Amino acid sequence: MAAGFKTAEPLEYHRSFLKENCRPDGRELTEFRTTTLNIGETSPQCVSVCEVSVTYIGFFILFPCLGSISTADGSALVKLGNTTIICGIKAELANPTVEAPGKGYIVPNVDLPPLCSSRFRPGPPGEEAQAASQFIADVIESSEVIKTEDLSIDRGKLCWVLYCDLMCLDYDGNILDACVIALLAALKNTRLPEVTINKETSAPEVNLEKRRELQIHKHLVSASFCIFDDSILIADPTAEEETLSTAHLTVVTDEDDRLCSVHKPGGTSLSGERLQECISRATTRQREIQKLIDKVAHSVKKAQ
Amino acid sequence: MTPSACDKSAFSTMEVCGSLTVSLREFGCEQSLLSRPDGSASFVQGDTSVMAGVYGPAEVKVSKEIYDRATLEVLVQPKVGLPSVRERSQEQCVRETCEASLLLTLHPRSSLTLILQVLHDDGSLLSCCLNAACMALMDAGLPMSCLFCGVTCAISTDGQIITDPTAAQEKESRALMTFAIDSAKHSVLMSSTKGSFSVHELQQCIAVSQKASEKIFQFYRDSVKRRYSKSR
Repeated sequence: MAAGFKTAEPLEYHRSFLKENCRPDGRELTEFRTTTLNIGETSPQCVSVCEVSVTYIGFFILFPCLGSISTADGSALVKLGNTTIICGIKAELANPTVEAPGKGYIVPNVDLPPLCSSRFRPGPPGEEAQAASQFIADVIESSEVIKTEDLSIDRGKLCWVLYCDLMCLDYDGNILDACVIALLAALKNTRLPEVTINKETSAPEVNLEKRRELQIHKHLVSASFCIFDDSILIADPTAEEETLSTAHLTVVTDEDDRLCSVHKPGGTSLSGERLQECISRATTRQREIQKLIDKVAHSVKKAQ
Repeated sequence: MTPSACDKSAFSTMEVCGSLTVSLREFGCEQSLLSRPDGSASFVQGDTSVMAGVYGPAEVKVSKEIYDRATLEVLVQPKVGLPSVRERSQEQCVRETCEASLLLTLHPRSSLTLILQVLHDDGSLLSCCLNAACMALMDAGLPMSCLFCGVTCAISTDGQIITDPTAAQEKESRALMTFAIDSAKHSVLMSSTKGSFSVHELQQCIAVSQKASEKIFQFYRDSVKRRYSKSR
């Protein structure tokens, strides 16, 4: 009977839950879904830690993991409820641009294939995928999570370019948050080989055995919200909640409580107090996710 | 811009001296300059110039139609080259802002197409696009619940807030924020930021943008008043 009501009047169905200050999946209005994180390559000892902290956000589960990508230089798989994003990072050698000879570059790409949802058809990337790619590129640039000078090998001649491919495997809303977590976890996992320039031939020599880690300067976490009926604010929307909402908002914070991005692509207006609520919720979320990523990265290192 | 019988250009320099110094570059607008679109406008802020054209309400492809609302499509054409990922993200921002202020339910199963052509980019491009879009929608006579305007703020390396920055100022700034403010409640409809900043700086920029938006809305009112009083 509820299923019939939900199909016929989805907005009224959601409103009836919001009146009681809860949502159809049982969460509170400001509660985020269970976050599962898996970093690194397949290995029998490797574990994945899923954190859903005790208070009202999660609990710890350890189980033998399905690996991420063994051929990539860094990878991570994130599940935020049902939304699944996998990130693979490949490092390639390239010539730096003329405008910035002492810097490397990072090229993110978000792909929403037809696999993840029936809304996406095969063909060139749609607007949502492109807007998400631009958002991730802006966030990387604004926050300086990796100093592009660290990616330079030989000024003016050789640098690293990191291709970050984020692919959605299951679309259940809030891909931006999952993408940011996956990207940060994969960057933490990325290990670049040592490159030396042979003085005589001036050709680069790559030593694949000796690898060094990337230095991550900022710990970024994003928190997405959506606004229902111009007044009710809910965190971490599912796909249905996103389609029924009147506006979306994503706040990206780092560990110093500085904002790297306040992304609200239109929709109904937001008052100052609501914005402040979102920012405070985003800062608490930042602490939880930072702990999660550190824990998983640490356990992966121990297992290796 | 050459004035003609039904065109109107209006220029104004805005400088507000007070506790909050809000200075915008000289801006101007011209409406109904193109003959084919149902509504068109050109908005100039300093050297940044954007032309907007609106077609609609018109027939919509069955795959894109929405049963109870009009389908709004926004296209941003850069000055040079083909539209890239950056333009898609700008299109998303402009489209959702327009959808929030247009009364789309009055034209179900129709399409509205808004095309923004960048003529020159000297900073504050997204806010110029928003202003041109609003004036073009007004020119097309589409029903709207409120008007909106775009304001860009840059925070320089020494912490000063600059409104309506030029391209050179944007390059040297440590943070850049564009807000779309609505005319009814003066609240934030759209926010797009680059660079990192504190919460306090964000709130200051919003306050500054709201103050600047009052001047832009006054300009909208004056230019439309002048246009319709002349044609009578």
